[in-house]
Amino acid sequence: MLYARLIVMRLLKAVIVLLLIVIFNFFLIQMAPGDPAAILAGEAGASDQEFINQLRERFGLDQPLYVQLWHYVSGIVMLDFGYSYRLDMPVLDLILQRLPATLLLTGAAFVLSLTLGIIAGALAAARVKKPSGSLIMALALVFYATPLFWVALMAVVLFSVYLDWLPAYGMVTVGAGYTGLALVLDVAKHLVLPATTLGLFFMAIYTRMTRTSMLDAAQQDFVKTARAKGLKPGVIQRRHILRNALLPIITLAGLQAGQMVGGAILTETVFAWPGIGRLMYEALMQRDYNLLLGIFFFSAALVIVFNIITDLVYRLADPRIKEGT
Amino acid sequence: MKTPLALAVTAAALSATFAFAEEPKSGGVIDTIVQPEPPGLVLGMIQNAPTRTVAGNIYEGLLRYTTDLEPIPQLAESWEVSDDGRTYTFHLREGVTWHDGEPFTAEDVVFSADVFHRDLNPSARAVLQHVESIEAIDEHTVEFTLAQPFGPFLISFEAGTFTMVPKHIYEGTDFRDNDANRPPIGTGPFKFDNWDRGTVIQLVKNEDYYEEGLPYLDGINWHIIPDGASRAVAFENGTVDVLPNGTVENFDIPRLSSMDNVCMTEEGNEYFSPFAMLWMNNREGPTADKRFRQAVMYAMDREFARDVLWNGLGNVPLSAFGSNARFQNDDLEPYDHDPEKARELLDEMGYDGEPVRLLPLPYGETWTRWAEAVQQNLREVGIEVETEATDVGGWNQRLNEWDYDLAFTYLYQYGDPALGISRTYLSDNIEKGSPWNNVEGYENERVDELFEEAATAYPESEREELYHEVQEILHEDVPVGWLLELGFPTIYRCDVKDLVNSSVGVNEGFRDAWLDR
Repeated sequence: MLYARLIVMRLLKAVIVLLLIVIFNFFLIQMAPGDPAAILAGEAGASDQEFINQLRERFGLDQPLYVQLWHYVSGIVMLDFGYSYRLDMPVLDLILQRLPATLLLTGAAFVLSLTLGIIAGALAAARVKKPSGSLIMALALVFYATPLFWVALMAVVLFSVYLDWLPAYGMVTVGAGYTGLALVLDVAKHLVLPATTLGLFFMAIYTRMTRTSMLDAAQQDFVKTARAKGLKPGVIQRRHILRNALLPIITLAGLQAGQMVGGAILTETVFAWPGIGRLMYEALMQRDYNLLLGIFFFSAALVIVFNIITDLVYRLADPRIKEGT
Repeated sequence: MKTPLALAVTAAALSATFAFAEEPKSGGVIDTIVQPEPPGLVLGMIQNAPTRTVAGNIYEGLLRYTTDLEPIPQLAESWEVSDDGRTYTFHLREGVTWHDGEPFTAEDVVFSADVFHRDLNPSARAVLQHVESIEAIDEHTVEFTLAQPFGPFLISFEAGTFTMVPKHIYEGTDFRDNDANRPPIGTGPFKFDNWDRGTVIQLVKNEDYYEEGLPYLDGINWHIIPDGASRAVAFENGTVDVLPNGTVENFDIPRLSSMDNVCMTEEGNEYFSPFAMLWMNNREGPTADKRFRQAVMYAMDREFARDVLWNGLGNVPLSAFGSNARFQNDDLEPYDHDPEKARELLDEMGYDGEPVRLLPLPYGETWTRWAEAVQQNLREVGIEVETEATDVGGWNQRLNEWDYDLAFTYLYQYGDPALGISRTYLSDNIEKGSPWNNVEGYENERVDELFEEAATAYPESEREELYHEVQEILHEDVPVGWLLELGFPTIYRCDVKDLVNSSVGVNEGFRDAWLDR
């Protein structure tokens, strides 16, 4: 009951926020130098004024700004995201075509970084004064400090070029025509390098956070009580310490999930992953306003959805948190 | 005694011929790259480079051009020009069908030229303004009548510029919103098969192609890989067999082309023959002074740029006419790298050290470094340069609004001065809103006259004289800086045979290509 009301309230707020975001983005994009018609004409390598005028008219760019805004916003309300100038397709189709690839990639990176990060952090906390614990922390520091693109390139050089174990780019083997299980395996193979690259940074953060947070919790009175009661150390680690240590990690995981779409631009480009981050980058370069706005809209919506989910998970992890706090 | 010797010589010659001309094998699929992903594949509607690269195998024009820019038959089997240079009669090949099975006829040619391109295609429109009428004489004969002779007419029928499109699909429809744009229907050796956005475009063999036995390949996969380093890796690990020009960064070329069993060619670039130039604002600031612009020419070390930044590929131009365009005037004094002369010219004009703004071309690493090299060259002779970096959108806008002092660009030459060169210097081509016309704002009545006369002079010898004079004037005035005729190499595995055999290279090369595997 309580959850249902909470969700409805949050969704209402979300709609208003989204609408404001749409309007704000619209004006923000207008401020960027460069005009889509000129870029399209430029790409063609030849243009005359007639050609550029034709393009402007076709895309409605010859109309005053407020008319364009009105068309856009009233379209969005009807879930019509307009037409991509450059790719000659409805924006919604383009986004829905590319979104699954991004969700697969970032979802895999998310699960990977969260699981491995928490396990590594818990291990490091349990072995706080041993060399193995220090080794984990040293590795976490390296992954935390190394730039993503460099990790990606080195991974390709090692695993694709030298060892030839994993494909260097793409989502499926072109021309192989796999179906069923073979296709799943093929995609999984292609997923390894980009998901690892994307996940490493957050994994490092989770490791460090879990460790610190667990060491903190271990000093608390209730842990001492649990020890005094004679509970086994493993049970104390899992039930008492880890559960209490998870809250800050949930906060961060919520943030990471919200950043999923935007954060994948670089990885998707290097690994030629046909996702939405790449689409966004190309749309920006081409001044493909409708497409760009559509992707902004979806990213914003995802951030809001994940914020709501994070809040709900918070309540599950710690029943003391009530509505309104 | 004589006969056996002659026989032996003939036999040797024959076996030598056979050793070189191997028997092509059928079958196999070639993997290659298109960069960036094209916006669409309907060539008559979109003429940008990636669209041409893929769709040049789907669509065809009336003529093709050898690497010497000589016309050879494609959809037109033969042609005649009337004595006054105004009537061109094309005899079309018989038995040609569109990919949907309909026959290709003279009506398609008339529709493509007179309706479709007049409406949609700015580069074809520039040629068509000289054309008075286009008529289908019979099912396989078309006659173009020109208002006056137009020298480069025969060289403007390349598939990318003057694509033949099917009348039965487009007539009476809104061309751009026509559902029949997907899939594209042409007459070419390959048919559209599949496009996974962001991943691959696949073409398959046209079994009904009119040239007996062609194409040899079963299909072509155009991979879409946005990152330059990843494209190089794709070639290195064997996923991809062919790297068309511009698909890897320049600094990767020496490494990739020196791999085992890898070949490279600079041919197949002659039709476009991209000419890198430095726009110089002729309207205001120090760049408005002719002596300043000459000083820039003397200050730049163009050999260095070619040898170090472009791996020795390409050609330092003498002046406004590139070596692949016709009618080059060889008598001009070259602008050699001569900083002393540059300083003298700057002193003479009384240059006060006012800084100039330089806009690099946002097309990748090599161009950024080139801008740095030019900046350093200019500083050596005392010209203060501020570099202003932009992205492609910003670069377009700055040029459209003439808001620059010096700016990098490159333009295609299209095989004839009237198509690819005069547009940069004609004063009626000064118009805000395009980065490809007379952006520098050069106005010279005599130059206008000469270009106009030369375009319509007849026969060729008349044109040559006029073009030689115009080059002398431009050489003196330096409206723009002539940097380099770019060498864009194709890199491929040596067992890919007969890939580049015309002046547009891989854009239509897969027609004859075969795999020796």
